[in-house]
Amino acid sequence: MGTIATLEVLEPGPLTTVQDMGRYGFGRYGVPPSGALDAYALRTANLLVGNSEGEAVLEITLMGLKVRALTGCVVAAGGGDLRPVINEGAVETWRSYVMHRDDILHFKAPKTGCRAYLAVGGGIVSQPVLGSKSTNLSSGFGGHEGRPLRKGDVLFSDSPEDFLNRGGRTLPLEWIPVYRKDWALKVLFGPQDCDFPEESKDVLLASPFGVSPHSDRTGIRLSGLPILRKQGTGESIISEGVVPGTIQIPGDAQPIIILSETITGGYRKIATVISADLPLLGQIKPGDQIRFRQVTLVDALKALEEMEGRVRMLRERLSGISP
Amino acid sequence: MGDRAILVELGDEINPSVNAKVRELFLKLDRESIEGVKELVPGYRSVMVVYDPLVVVPASLQETVTRLHREAKGSSLPEPKTLEVPVVYGGRFGPDLPWVASFHGIPPEEVVRYHTQPLYHVYMIGFTPGFPYLGEVPKAIETPRRETPRTAVPRGSVAIAQKQTGIYPVQSPGGWHILGWTPLKLFDATKWPPTPIEIGDCVRFLSIQEEEIGNWEP
Repeated sequence: MGTIATLEVLEPGPLTTVQDMGRYGFGRYGVPPSGALDAYALRTANLLVGNSEGEAVLEITLMGLKVRALTGCVVAAGGGDLRPVINEGAVETWRSYVMHRDDILHFKAPKTGCRAYLAVGGGIVSQPVLGSKSTNLSSGFGGHEGRPLRKGDVLFSDSPEDFLNRGGRTLPLEWIPVYRKDWALKVLFGPQDCDFPEESKDVLLASPFGVSPHSDRTGIRLSGLPILRKQGTGESIISEGVVPGTIQIPGDAQPIIILSETITGGYRKIATVISADLPLLGQIKPGDQIRFRQVTLVDALKALEEMEGRVRMLRERLSGISP
Repeated sequence: MGDRAILVELGDEINPSVNAKVRELFLKLDRESIEGVKELVPGYRSVMVVYDPLVVVPASLQETVTRLHREAKGSSLPEPKTLEVPVVYGGRFGPDLPWVASFHGIPPEEVVRYHTQPLYHVYMIGFTPGFPYLGEVPKAIETPRRETPRTAVPRGSVAIAQKQTGIYPVQSPGGWHILGWTPLKLFDATKWPPTPIEIGDCVRFLSIQEEEIGNWEP
């Protein structure tokens, strides 16, 4: 009963952090949202183990996390398939499993996507800082001691034994996102698209962009044909707010898709990825290719409502079959 | 901005009167706490309103913001606070002071004298948590950004770029010229508010000696 040590970190991998739905309302102090880059995976993984959908989870980047169960608990990984195994037996992403004491869960290598989200029944206990359990990496607060996980860290959950009957639950196949290496992202132009000639907007929509290895939780850096500004416009603009999904064009004319670790920017914003496609941004990895497609605001909102509808149906379905 | 933010542009330059309009609108929107609005980010010349499109319809939010903007015009703003920021200039604390001095053809002490002269206005907080964008720097020491940004600027560094000056609250990359270092903490997530200053407040720099640092540490 109560708060119990559930997992011991045997190997942290290159970057594993505690994240929830993010930190909002402190942008005036320069505080970025942080939070799970793939919020769809976070929410569904939480629902599979019986948590409320916004609980804190572990965001695992590419591979490497190895944890040992310190007590019986139920876990589910959503998002990228990082070849998880329990005691060397392959397990599925988007399915909940009961782990017994001393079982070892290991994410071996990226098969599809970039980040997996590991939910534990009873959550990952962490003191909210500025309203969120997400890790802010730049300033070192929130999550697990404000830093990525390290070998030897012990994670706690609230009454994990209450969740043990939630093993073996899966996400319906048709709701499992398909992660490719060539991505099509839907965008809306603005707010500074008028600073770019029509040809540049055509380039953004018509040509593929490669994902640079210098991408992280702050932004996805792309390389491709240059997105040139109108003549007479300066390289930078007066700094102002940005949101995840904002496509900035810096001086070198190569786009950057802003992610969750910054709240302001000083470059022109030609377009913004729609909310329904934001979870995909968390699954794009260096070497992948991206194409952009323009949609209308109506289409964007419709896509978001569809995604929300899937999460709602999953919530209802799962609450119907478990005590 | 996409399907979940509105950017309200209130001018296209760095000046206190444009920034006062930003503050007017920002404070008004903040007081109204509109349903579905998740975040307000005031900048030099714009306010970004982040919303949840599943809670509030974009078109109706736009109307609300336009109405509140009209109502906010000319409203009185709270009196700014003034924060005194002690700075050890030059040496290992301000590695770019000699370069900036020679760029302008004046002795380093003159750069310090100019930098400590104005009562700076806090235009916005951004880049990293607690980083204040301050202006304006006296014309005599306006300096372009470094050609090569540093990958790691130490926490507490006080730096300038063009008309702006700022303070790095945490170690981060940075392309501004570092003139000095302050022992003051500009961001603490465990305190409320997490920053000692907000948009619209004032900052004055005070030149101190290395031996005095202890007098200021929290």
